[in-house]
Parts: sequence; structure tokens; C-alpha cells
Amino acid sequence: MATVTMPQLGESVTEGTILKWMKQPGEPVALDDSLCEIETEKVTAELPSPFEGTMGAIIVPEGDTVEVDQPLCEVIEGAVGATGGTAPAAPAEGKWSGGPMSIPPEESAVAAPAPPSTRVPAKSAPKPTAATRGPEPRGRFYSPAVLRLASEHTVELGEIMGTGIGGRVTRRDVEKVIAAGPKVVPSLATPPATSVARGEASSPGIAAYEVVPFSPTRRSIAANLQRSNSEAPQAWTMVEADVTGLVALRGRERERFLADEGVDLTLLPYFTMAVCETLREFPALNARWEGEELRRYHALNIGIAIAAESGLVVPVVHNAGDLSVAGLAKAIAGLVARAQTRKLRLEDIEGGTFTVNNTGSFGSIVSKPIVNYPQVAIVTMERVVKRAVVMEGDAIAIRSMVNVCLSFDHRVADGLDAGGFLAALKRRLEAFASR
Amino acid sequence: MAETTVIEAIRSTLEEEMALDDRIFLIGEDVEAGGVFRATDGLSKKFPGRVIDSPLAESGIVGISIGAAHYGLRPIAEIQFADFIHSAFDQLCSEASRWCYRTSGDAHLPMVVRTPWGGGVHGGQHHSQSIEAYYAHMPGIKVVAPSFPADYRSLLKAAIADPNPVLFLEHKRTYRLIKQDLAENRGEARIGKARVTRTGSDLTIVAYGLMLHESLAAAEALASEGIECTVVDLLTLNPLDHETLLEAAKATGKVLIVYEDTLTGGFGAELAAIIAEHAFEYLDAPVRRLAGPDIPSMPYHHAMEDFFMPNREKIAEAARSLAAY
Repeated sequence: MATVTMPQLGESVTEGTILKWMKQPGEPVALDDSLCEIETEKVTAELPSPFEGTMGAIIVPEGDTVEVDQPLCEVIEGAVGATGGTAPAAPAEGKWSGGPMSIPPEESAVAAPAPPSTRVPAKSAPKPTAATRGPEPRGRFYSPAVLRLASEHTVELGEIMGTGIGGRVTRRDVEKVIAAGPKVVPSLATPPATSVARGEASSPGIAAYEVVPFSPTRRSIAANLQRSNSEAPQAWTMVEADVTGLVALRGRERERFLADEGVDLTLLPYFTMAVCETLREFPALNARWEGEELRRYHALNIGIAIAAESGLVVPVVHNAGDLSVAGLAKAIAGLVARAQTRKLRLEDIEGGTFTVNNTGSFGSIVSKPIVNYPQVAIVTMERVVKRAVVMEGDAIAIRSMVNVCLSFDHRVADGLDAGGFLAALKRRLEAFASR
Repeated sequence: MAETTVIEAIRSTLEEEMALDDRIFLIGEDVEAGGVFRATDGLSKKFPGRVIDSPLAESGIVGISIGAAHYGLRPIAEIQFADFIHSAFDQLCSEASRWCYRTSGDAHLPMVVRTPWGGGVHGGQHHSQSIEAYYAHMPGIKVVAPSFPADYRSLLKAAIADPNPVLFLEHKRTYRLIKQDLAENRGEARIGKARVTRTGSDLTIVAYGLMLHESLAAAEALASEGIECTVVDLLTLNPLDHETLLEAAKATGKVLIVYEDTLTGGFGAELAAIIAEHAFEYLDAPVRRLAGPDIPSMPYHHAMEDFFMPNREKIAEAARSLAAY
């Protein structure tokens, strides 16, 4: 009997939620068959079986969240479909259903009551990235005081370096983290109006409330935004650009583009391309604040903020600077599709160096984004609106205008970089008509 | 200012109270001659007929006190060593403790039983024991165990004024060891109220009697290592000051309970249970008890006595490991 444990899906990920079991006890399991779907704060992934044999007991039911390295289920090792305790007995003639690694008939007689644990095909050796076998190390222990503080202040315990015995996170450690940051988004810390709303009916107008459990995604978003807001002093600035030419260009290209490339053409790929070109000019903003050092990146890995049903995700278009408008359009469309079906892979969400946020899709005309920490800047493309604009020679014209907003970590960049960046970006956006 | 010992604080308080209230009398073994620790020194001369020598029969000492209290007197009994008190167990637990309860509060028993307890004086098996757990278990008897001279004074006055039986525990090792300027104002001690004697953020030590002083010495040593301790002096074991105990436990999340009695079922076990029950969400480490080993009595030989008794070094060691947890 082999135990499958919660894999670590991402660097700072400490736990995962079982969304769905894809194998039930007794079902045959081939190597790398998907056992279940796991949601973590960063990705949703299917867990490939590190073992081959028959599905054993499910230890963690759907919807439950467990820490990394905790047992999830058991697989009775053997040839695919070899039977164990709960499965029907093997045919007497030793015909095993499917699978390349049939157990020799002479072993089949003993296979039914006792799983053939002596025979472990080399291929089913555990994959260290997904799960390990044998006795599992105990998960991190958190004292009652630590758990209470963490839940009251929405502290991510997995990210704290413990100073207690064996690296245990002590109450003091958590208090230091809390003291370092501001008092947290209050809505996360305490459900609103608890004392009033709990059915005391002192004022009839106030309805009872319901407690909304935090998904791993929500927790991760909260922790990251809070960290960004508390650690990085952020400045904000905005320009407006005349994108009449760009809008016309997109209108002309749209139909052909859909036919040729198979995806709808929006303004976002153009915008992203302009951002990439401008970042080449202002590399100070294509950086990450990692601990005590600032890392300025050569590659342009552009995060695209996407409002998925499960919450905000910022998947990354890697090497976006190397892509054409068509390449960007396809890459972005792929990320959006995966985000909305919760199929984002780990590599989809890691390594971003700068973020683009298409807030205009909500109809917003001005917004103040929060830097996607540890990146140092984020830019928004607001809604394109037609406005009466005073042109050269004091003529008034109806133009398609867009606001572009930039938040940046003022520790890293100054108004010179930020202003220069926005001015150059504006210039590029306005120049699309002539391309 | 002159410093007063524990024994002098007790003696002078008895003298003052006897002068104020002629219903008060003392009864016990050798009290007329001043008692083995001199707690009643000179009182028989000053208050003729009110300091009464008893036979060597503790059950009689307590029984007479109960009877006298019934008749309106204010007896203060002395049990020469706490080790001997058990022959009065029935009088205390089956009679004295219940009188107020039996009469639905119509009648009271204003009596005090004083007794020297604890080890550290090479008293051997019959002069060193801790007896507080047996009696603190009994509702209806207040159990007081002060540490500092000024508290002996205030709490002895409070015990005499109390309308119900009070067992007044005097740690014999502290009698002449601990001195204090009585003018030093630390706030009047009251029965049922503990005191935070020292404040530190790393862990909380709870103790009473001699162990309180050893804990304070350990805390002093630990402070030089950067470990800051809160030290709680319980003062009263029954009724226990839950509020102060829990506040101090919650403040640091790490609690070391020190008592001199044998470990199992000792009074510290009750403290640990209260903390676990009411401060669970604040705890950052298991509640630890440092107490005597589970052997029948404190031995005589000094090396064995040292082995038995918690002291500042043992407390500091336990505190260090708890702080590091």
C-alpha cells in the first residue's frame, strides 16, 4: 500500500484543497493517471499518480484543505487494476485487466487478500515533485496562539521563518509580522457587524450575515496585496492618449485576424506590445524587489491581470517582448481561457516582471492599481471613450481617448522614470495609426 | 528603614490584633513559650490566659478552635509543623469547612489555622512537607500562602477578620530569610487576589511561598540572558485569582508553574488545567510544571533535599527551554 501525499505546487504554497476525486476506491490506476484535482492559492492542478495499481482509500474528502505532505489517498500497488481489499477478487486464471505490467499468474492467488507489495515496477517509483512514499514527516506545528493570531490578522503562516525549536513559528514571530504590517483589510479580519447581526434583532433592518470561507486563491490575493501595500510606498500617475488611430486599425484588422488567427483581436495585444517596447526604453520598471536586492530583468515577462470567477489571477506572457501582436493576442487568449477554466499551470503564473491590467474592460476610466509585489510597477489601460478634444489650431474634434494609469514602487523608481515611461507609452499608442 | 523578617511580621501582627480584639486567643503546641519558630514570642506575658499550650494532638487543637469559634471567640491555632496537620484533617475538612454551608450561611466559623510548611531547612521527612493541595481541594477552607513579610501581615489581618476558616501557610524557610521594609508599598494584599510581581514578555512563572522567591531569582538571572519573565505570586490558593492567573498566562503564551510539593496531583496541576481550559487559544507552548519528584516525602540529606526541591537553577533551566520552544 502506497500513500499519495499533497504535493508542493509552487514555492510558498503550504496547502491545497481537493476539488474533485477523479479515481474512486477500487478503480485501476495507471502511472500518471490523474487521481484528483487540487486547488492551491496559485494554481489548480491535476495530481498524476506516482504509483500503479488500484485506488485505495480516499483519506481527504472533496472540499477539504490539507497541508503539503499530508496523506491524500492510498494506492494499492501492483499491476494496473490489480485488486486489493475493496476491489473485486482477481480472476482465478490470473488474467489481469490491462496495463503493461501484468503480475505473473502464480502471484495472483495471494494478490487478493494481501497486496503484492514485494513487486514494485521501476516505472512506478515515486516522483519526488508530486508525492513521496513511506512515513511522512509531520507537518508544521502551529500552537493555538499562533493559529488564533494568524486567523485574526490574516497572516500567511507558511511564509514566516520560525525562530522556535526546529524552526517552529512562535507567537512572537507572528506578532512581529503583524507589527510590521498595517492592521490588515478589516473585512478579512472580522466579519462585518458580527455583534449586531448575529440574530439579536436589535435593529430590524440589519439582516443576518453569512460567513464566506476564504479560498486559497482569495487568501493569496489578500496576502500579496496587503504585503504590497504595506511594504512598497506606491506613487500613482496617469496620462491620456489619443487612440483614434489604434481603434481604427483594430477595426480594420479584426475580421481578417479572427479568420487567420482564430482569436478575437482586442486592443490589449497592441497595448501590451507598446508596453514592451516602452519597457525596453525604461528598464528600471521591469524589475522585482527580492528581499534586499532589486533585480532588473532582461526578459519582458508581462503579467496580465484577469478577473476569473474564482478571483483575480495574473498569469504571465513570458518573453512578451519577442512576440508580434498576433503572438500576444494568442498568448493572452490562451491565458484567459486557462484562467477561466482553472487550468492554469504553475509556469503560467510565475516569473512576471511587470503587470498590465485591462481595467477598461469593467468600464473604468481611472483606477489606482496596486503593484503586483515583488514587481515594481503596474500599468492600466482604461476604457476607450469618445470625447471632444481640443486639437492643434484650437479645432475641436471627436477622438477616441484612453487613460493610462501607472502605480510604481517609489523606492525603486522616481517620477522621472514613471513620467518618462508614460509619456513614451502615450507616444507609441498614438503612433499606431501610422504603423 | 528597618527591614522586617517574615517571622517578625507574623509575631507583630498577632500582637497588634490581640491588642485590638480580646476575643482572639492563640492555641498550639509550645506557643506559651513562644513556639519553635518564635512566632508567639512574648505574647503569653502580654496577653495572660490568651496564649494556650495544647497537648500534642492536632485534632484537639482544631476541634477546640471550632468549638471556641462557635461560641463567639476568634481562635488562632498553630500547628507546629504542617506535616502534623493531617491528624486534624477530619476536623478541618468534615467540620470546619462545612459549617457555613450546613447552616445555609446563618452561622460562621471565624478561625485561623497557622502552620509552617515546606522544605529547605533539612527538616527531614516530618518537618518539610507541602500540604496545600489536600486543603485547597476542600471548598469551605480558604488557603493562604504568602511570600513577602508585608503580605504576611496584610493577609494574616485579613484571615483573622474573615468570618470563615482560613488555613494560613507560612513557609518556614522564608521565616528569617526574607526581609522587607514594611513601609514599601506594593498594595495591600487581599485574600483571593494574586499579584504580578515582575513583568516580562517571554514567559510567565507562577509560584507561591519559597518558590516565588526562587522564581524571582531565576527571572533576575534570565533577564541578563535576554529572557524576560512575568512572575505571578499567587498569595491565595483558595479562592484562586483566576483573572490574574489567566491574564498573565495569555500575555506571554508560555507558562511555567513552580511548586515544591510532589508533582502528581499537586496544586500546580490545577493551575495548569485552568490555563489549558481558559487560555488555550493564547498558548504558544505546553504548560510546564516544575515540582518535586513523586516520592513519599522530602528527604533529610542535603544532597537529597537539593535533588527534591526546585530551586533557581532548575527554574532557570526550565524557563530557558520553554522560552526557546
